[in-house]
Amino acid sequence: MPKDELKAGYKLIGTRPNRPDGLDKVTGRARYGADFSVPNMLWAAVVRSPHAHAKILKIDASKALALPGVKAVVTRADLPTGLSGEDLNLQDNTLAGDVALYDGHAVAAVAATSALIAQDAARLIEVEYEVLPHVIDVDDAMRMDAPVVQEGAADHTVPEGSPPNVARCLDFGHGDVEAGFAEADLVMENTYRTEATHQGYIEPHACVGQLGEDGKGEMWVCTQGHWYIRRMSAAVLGIEAAQLRVTPSEIGGGFGGKTTIFSEPIALALSRKAGGRPVKLVMSRAEVLRATGPTASASMDVKIGMKKDGTMTAASAVFRMQGGAFVGMSPVGEALSCAFACYNIPAIHHEGYEVLANRPKAAAYRAPGSPMAAFAVESLVDEMCRALGLDPIEVRLKNGAREGTKASYGPKYKQIGLVETLEAARAHPNYQVKLGPNQGRGVASGFWFNHGGETSVSVALGEDGTVTVSIGTPDIGGLRASVGLMTAETYGIPYEDVRVNVVETGALGVNEPTHGSRATFANGKALVEAANQTIKEMCKRAAKKWGIEPEAVEWADGAARPAGDNAGKFPPMTIGEIAAGMGASGGPIAGHHEVTMGGAGASFGTHVVDVEVDPETGRTTILRYLVVQDAGRAIHPAYVEGQYQGGAAQGIGWALNEEYVYGKDGRLQNPVFLDYRVPVASDLPMIDTVIVEVPNPGHPYGVRGVGETGITPPLPAVANAVAAATGARIRHLPLSPPKVLAAMKASRDG
Amino acid sequence: MRYHTPSTFEDAARVSAGAGGVTRFLAGGTDVLVQLRAGLVTPDDLIDIKHIPGVRDIQRTAEGGWRIGVAVPGIALGRHAELSADWPGVVEGMELVGSTQVQGRATLTGNLCNGSPAADGVPGLVAASAMVTVVGPEGTREVAVADIPTGPGKTSLKKGELIAAITLPPRGKNGGDAYLRFIPRTEMDIAVVGCAVSLTVEGDRIASARVALGAVAPTVVLVPEAASAIEGSTLDEAALERLAAAGSRSTTSGAPSLSAPKSRGCWPSAPPA
Repeated sequence: MPKDELKAGYKLIGTRPNRPDGLDKVTGRARYGADFSVPNMLWAAVVRSPHAHAKILKIDASKALALPGVKAVVTRADLPTGLSGEDLNLQDNTLAGDVALYDGHAVAAVAATSALIAQDAARLIEVEYEVLPHVIDVDDAMRMDAPVVQEGAADHTVPEGSPPNVARCLDFGHGDVEAGFAEADLVMENTYRTEATHQGYIEPHACVGQLGEDGKGEMWVCTQGHWYIRRMSAAVLGIEAAQLRVTPSEIGGGFGGKTTIFSEPIALALSRKAGGRPVKLVMSRAEVLRATGPTASASMDVKIGMKKDGTMTAASAVFRMQGGAFVGMSPVGEALSCAFACYNIPAIHHEGYEVLANRPKAAAYRAPGSPMAAFAVESLVDEMCRALGLDPIEVRLKNGAREGTKASYGPKYKQIGLVETLEAARAHPNYQVKLGPNQGRGVASGFWFNHGGETSVSVALGEDGTVTVSIGTPDIGGLRASVGLMTAETYGIPYEDVRVNVVETGALGVNEPTHGSRATFANGKALVEAANQTIKEMCKRAAKKWGIEPEAVEWADGAARPAGDNAGKFPPMTIGEIAAGMGASGGPIAGHHEVTMGGAGASFGTHVVDVEVDPETGRTTILRYLVVQDAGRAIHPAYVEGQYQGGAAQGIGWALNEEYVYGKDGRLQNPVFLDYRVPVASDLPMIDTVIVEVPNPGHPYGVRGVGETGITPPLPAVANAVAAATGARIRHLPLSPPKVLAAMKASRDG
Repeated sequence: MRYHTPSTFEDAARVSAGAGGVTRFLAGGTDVLVQLRAGLVTPDDLIDIKHIPGVRDIQRTAEGGWRIGVAVPGIALGRHAELSADWPGVVEGMELVGSTQVQGRATLTGNLCNGSPAADGVPGLVAASAMVTVVGPEGTREVAVADIPTGPGKTSLKKGELIAAITLPPRGKNGGDAYLRFIPRTEMDIAVVGCAVSLTVEGDRIASARVALGAVAPTVVLVPEAASAIEGSTLDEAALERLAAAGSRSTTSGAPSLSAPKSRGCWPSAPPA
């Protein structure tokens, strides 16, 4: 039974205590990736391709190796051969083989006794290239005559005669789409485009790697998932996973971009070649933007049929998405599955193309694929609402997915909160504010599946009755506070009596990264199991002392208590008393739980944004912004609100100004934050939030993941608001001032 | 890399003239050190001019103008009440350069010598008819600020020459100046277009004006047509429209493209290879 029915009894869940990592972070004591140093350490620098696509003819490192202080140079020749599938892709991306596939692709690396010597040495490594034709744009990459990024990349889903860069085709749906369109009063179809954006985390990738000739190694690294770092690095280097011990640092943002490896194996390879000396590798911002992350760019056709009353009769989507030069990174499958997830539509057809381009290997970015899909679908829904004179929230309520709805991507929804978010948005004061000239309001909803995944946690009692929790997922958004609250609630002890540690790969079973909005959900569910093992054990110890049956003891408020016929016969025995005597009463008390977790409930959200567009410059100002999202149960509401606000901020950036800009030469032109324009604090108003709580039946405290859904609605919400303010519908993000100005002019000129 | 700390401008010029490789002068360092750390420029000789007496001073000239030392940081301009009252446009242009931290170091002279067409500090100086004192192997000369930048990242300063101070003319009666820029964000951005206007009025009419535009041509440009569009007017709607039209006509590349950082002279942005 979900504990939700006991909500009134919660003492700690839903409160807002200080985060345990807060003091270290605000005082600068917290150790991030680049803060870690060890004695005898070397520094790495990486040589990167200045070409979008080029054959590597020769690498001459002799001048670099002659420089005093240089201890090792590695190229692809230092990595094992014979890999296949994703392992080979990871290896190819770590260090280019015969061909550099994008501007910034690592080609060689050097380790030296100082960072400056390493940088000087990197400049002395001579690489001879033969430049090949390249392709950057997703629609260009779909052409039959496009330069071929990787031969033989297509899998079995790609029909003969397809464009050469198509690596995978998808086709799924349900119902009779043509009949649905025939039934509609209005059928509209448009093409929408989004540009590649980067996760934009503050902290660049950084690690210290050490690997001896005996194949034993260690790594300290900024990552969202150190078991992934271990598995992937071991595969790329041809070493045994168990011999590599990986410890995560504090993390300054990841947003999906730190769920994989980029240059971590380079540090280990350099160390191995430099006699086992540890090697530190810290990326510059330009390296981060050129060679890590970003997400896909997309070109999307959407068609929807609607009756005059707003009832949706059918929908279809054809999505083309490039995820860089390697297969498997385009989130086109997720995008299609999310496209119509908010709606109950009788007939839907999805068609998708994963296409390769000469760009960096894409990584996950907060609800991968869903923001692009939402931009296309929620823009078109808005256009149709305007065409039919319907209220956008009413239309979403009319067609919105509910408990029991068969999701557009297959399964039947359990309890979900879309309708509740729409109702809360409609009732919010922001939705009533009267708008002035050049102002407009936009509404959009969004969805993310959420994920459970491989999870392993342990809990252990200290001799004083305090509790240590070991988790294997780095804390990005307040995880330790949330896990601490759930632990303290479960035991009935103070929050301050719990310490939650993110531990290294040697201390737990395999954990997936902090991804898929899973960490609070999965760790919470697992730790309740683990804590209950120790509670059962503590009841047993108390029963033994009292001389009664263990079943006759119950646990409440941090103490074992005689129950049933024995109630009141003995005074409660506290966790502190049991822990103090545990050595004599049977030994240490600890619990653990390992599982591949199911039951992650989907999270839906609805956003309302008001903008003002300057008719002279085309610049958009966000006047007010509202996020309403279902959290299932907000364990620590401040961090739930933080996730909502962060998702909105990133989505607004994607909508307004962020984009990868390439020159004709295929090189990235804006690899610094001055030109890659994430919103700064003064660009945004305070983001208003409403936490809707429709408990997830798959979690003991009703938790749903909240990290990702929030980046999904902003793209269409902002575009819908700009259309409302200007009368100009822009179907290609970002809505940068010149684009808005041109669209306004075109709309005026008719 | 050799690091020099001359105590006179003549010494600084001598070191620079005699240097064989890449030379950079160091004042605030907000361009030089960033370029150095990004691997874009590695000077063989780095000449720190902050040890020269008077470089941090803001002084009234005998004529009633202002002489601004080459190491005066942006924040000191804004805190100088009399200078700010005389030339608010010059001051607010400089105050737009970088963040609060950068303001503590960045200098008006550095902003000029970096050679960016988008430099926020420069249009105000050009509109104000500011001069610079140039010291070099052939002696000292006074040069109009407008003649210093020659293209993106380039200046008219010859080998061995450096700027010793910026001089603003007397403000005079009934005058004022202002600087505004357009950026896609609200802070921490580079001007897509910057505009400085300095003018004097007689009664309700504009007696004289100077209009300078930034980020729309290889250098900051003075637009005399824009000035004559408003001279003699009461700044009525018709005059403003003439002003806008003259401004648009003056740009060499038409509307600047936000999506092409290099075309608007934004550097350092080229990544190290």
